[in-house]
Amino acid sequence: MDQILGNISLLFEFPVVNLKIVIDGVMIGALFALAAYGLALVWGVMNVKNLAQGDFVIAGGYVAWYFSRHGMPPLFGVPLAFVVMWVIGWVVYKLVISRVIERDLFTSLLATFGLAIMMAQIMNLMFGSDTQSIQLKYDTLYFFDGFVDVPIAKLIGVTLASALAIGVILFMKKSRMGQAIRATAQDARAARILGIDTEKVYAFTFSLNAAICGAAGAIIVMVWVIQPFYGISYSIRAFVIVTAAGLGNLPGVIAAGLGIGAAEQYGAHIFGIGYQQAIAVLLLLLVLLYRLIQQRRVRQSLS
Amino acid sequence: MKKTLSLLGCVAGASLLLSQAALAQDCDTITLGSAISLTGKYATNGVHAKNGYEFAIQKIKDNGGVKVGDKCYNFEVIYYDDESKGDRGATLAERLIDQDKVQYMLGPYSSGMTKAIAPVTEKYQIPMVEAEGASRSLFNKGYKYLFAVLSTSEQYLASAVTLAAEKAQEAGKDTSSVKVAVAVENDPFSLDIRAGVLDDAAKYNMEIVIDEQLPRDLSDMSAILTKVKLLKPDLLIVSGHSKGAATAVRQIGEQKISTPMIAITHCEAADVTGNFGAAANDFLCSTQWAETLTYEDPIFGTAANYEKEFKAAYPEYAEKKVPYQTAQASAAVYVYKDSFERAGTLDKEAVRDAIAATDLQTFYGGIKFSEAGNNIAKPMVLRQIQNGEYNVVAPSAFASHPLNYPRTPQ
Repeated sequence: MDQILGNISLLFEFPVVNLKIVIDGVMIGALFALAAYGLALVWGVMNVKNLAQGDFVIAGGYVAWYFSRHGMPPLFGVPLAFVVMWVIGWVVYKLVISRVIERDLFTSLLATFGLAIMMAQIMNLMFGSDTQSIQLKYDTLYFFDGFVDVPIAKLIGVTLASALAIGVILFMKKSRMGQAIRATAQDARAARILGIDTEKVYAFTFSLNAAICGAAGAIIVMVWVIQPFYGISYSIRAFVIVTAAGLGNLPGVIAAGLGIGAAEQYGAHIFGIGYQQAIAVLLLLLVLLYRLIQQRRVRQSLS
Repeated sequence: MKKTLSLLGCVAGASLLLSQAALAQDCDTITLGSAISLTGKYATNGVHAKNGYEFAIQKIKDNGGVKVGDKCYNFEVIYYDDESKGDRGATLAERLIDQDKVQYMLGPYSSGMTKAIAPVTEKYQIPMVEAEGASRSLFNKGYKYLFAVLSTSEQYLASAVTLAAEKAQEAGKDTSSVKVAVAVENDPFSLDIRAGVLDDAAKYNMEIVIDEQLPRDLSDMSAILTKVKLLKPDLLIVSGHSKGAATAVRQIGEQKISTPMIAITHCEAADVTGNFGAAANDFLCSTQWAETLTYEDPIFGTAANYEKEFKAAYPEYAEKKVPYQTAQASAAVYVYKDSFERAGTLDKEAVRDAIAATDLQTFYGGIKFSEAGNNIAKPMVLRQIQNGEYNVVAPSAFASHPLNYPRTPQ
């Protein structure tokens, strides 16, 4: 308890720490938001809750790491992971997801859960269980007497993440495929009647999701570390964010992603870093509770 | 049908024995068993340990085998893959003892796996010499058949506290002025390290300014490091396996943490010098063993010789340091050889007593077991990364280089 109070008082004693915490939180939050956006896409369009989301992220990280080991400049890892994971996503769709898409909730949950376990083990067999990362040869910027540090690598990561997010948004808004995806999300049957090949849309959506996750992973490996079994923590955060923001609410997903990143950093500072992820889950509970109360009000007003 | 088969087996076995007796020169086999992690999250270190076992067995064979009475034997190990899962490890240990009739066990990798297997070997009263389980909770259960050649985990970073105290005294300050920050993972091994550090810090009346636990899936510890920046401890202790080491080295560099002494574990596993270069300089790393130490024995020669010959036998290690996990696995096999020879019989209880009475100098360090089964003859070693090289700086009796203090933030 004393330690918690001490940690809170540090925030007031050194206000600049708040800035540091928010910046750190927003940076990691941007990557959570990417993975969460992919999840929202698949969830909204195909009604598949992909528990292997985090493992796609980690797999993308390993793609970037593997090729940078073999002499590729690390920044190329992001587009490369996008492409490789696109292909993997497509294969996974054809092999597994296409078979569970029309089934009930639990079938798809079980299938993607199994997929998550398999992917983690395959990565473990291929790359070993040690943590890996790519060290970029960039400097770190310091502000406020060195209290706020912004590694240029992180800055690049966040820029790439934003570029990717903007690209995906434009694609969904402007392109024919984007329109088809949105139409399928609204009403798959109606979309089919109007001549949209929903099977193709599903395959495309799932591949796109895997690719977005892969690119996020390629950024993560440059800034943080990855390990074959880290997928689950990204999956959990993606679920928290999507649940909090709601499906089809892209600005909400981004805001929730950044917010959870910052909330986690605050939680880590105040309660200790061991509780970092507990904060995310706690937030989920609060959001669900809030939603429940909200719904009850709506019901009451109807009656 | 089954009976005839087993009868046939008997005949075949007997004739095999006869033919071996006829050859006389050939050594018999003592079968050891080990459930070890060849897949799963401990696979990397599990394979290191297995290679250590196999290398020692080959070395002992080359040196004339194990002489029990007037007969000679060679070791052979039945391995099963425990998939890094405790329940699987326990099942496989049962299978080794019950079905394969193994009478002597070598340990698995990690404290957790050892903890899962020890109750089984204890139940069947099968001696187990283990080399990879350091948690002190293994040695307060009253196990009679468990022996560990490595130092227990609470000793891993405790010597850093002593070192910090020495430096404070050299500067004419009281040790109670030293502030310590501790960040360890929430697992049995790392919590032991924390307990050891806190015990020793209490002895010197040091103040603990940060005491936090790292999550299992750590990839970002900037929250703790910000606090370190504000509270300015004199000693920072981080232990969280290879992810802890990698995250600490990278982010301490990024955030320009100027703590004068930083001690961590798993430097080699995370390859901090290879991955982070100069950012890893002046970190203190704990290790069970280093090839530069002056230990030696008649089978493996010096520690340096062990390193050289191991690399020759396993070329995949040529580019890196031979991990201490391998060296201690070899030492465990050596303990068996020594104990069998002193016991002079293959009787399980006699061998168990011989193991308990071990007092051996090896390339890995002294080995002598306490009543509880842990090795009390070998100290932990602290190495400092100096210009990308690991140099022994503590304990002072084995130090090859002076300590860089305070460290220079990169």
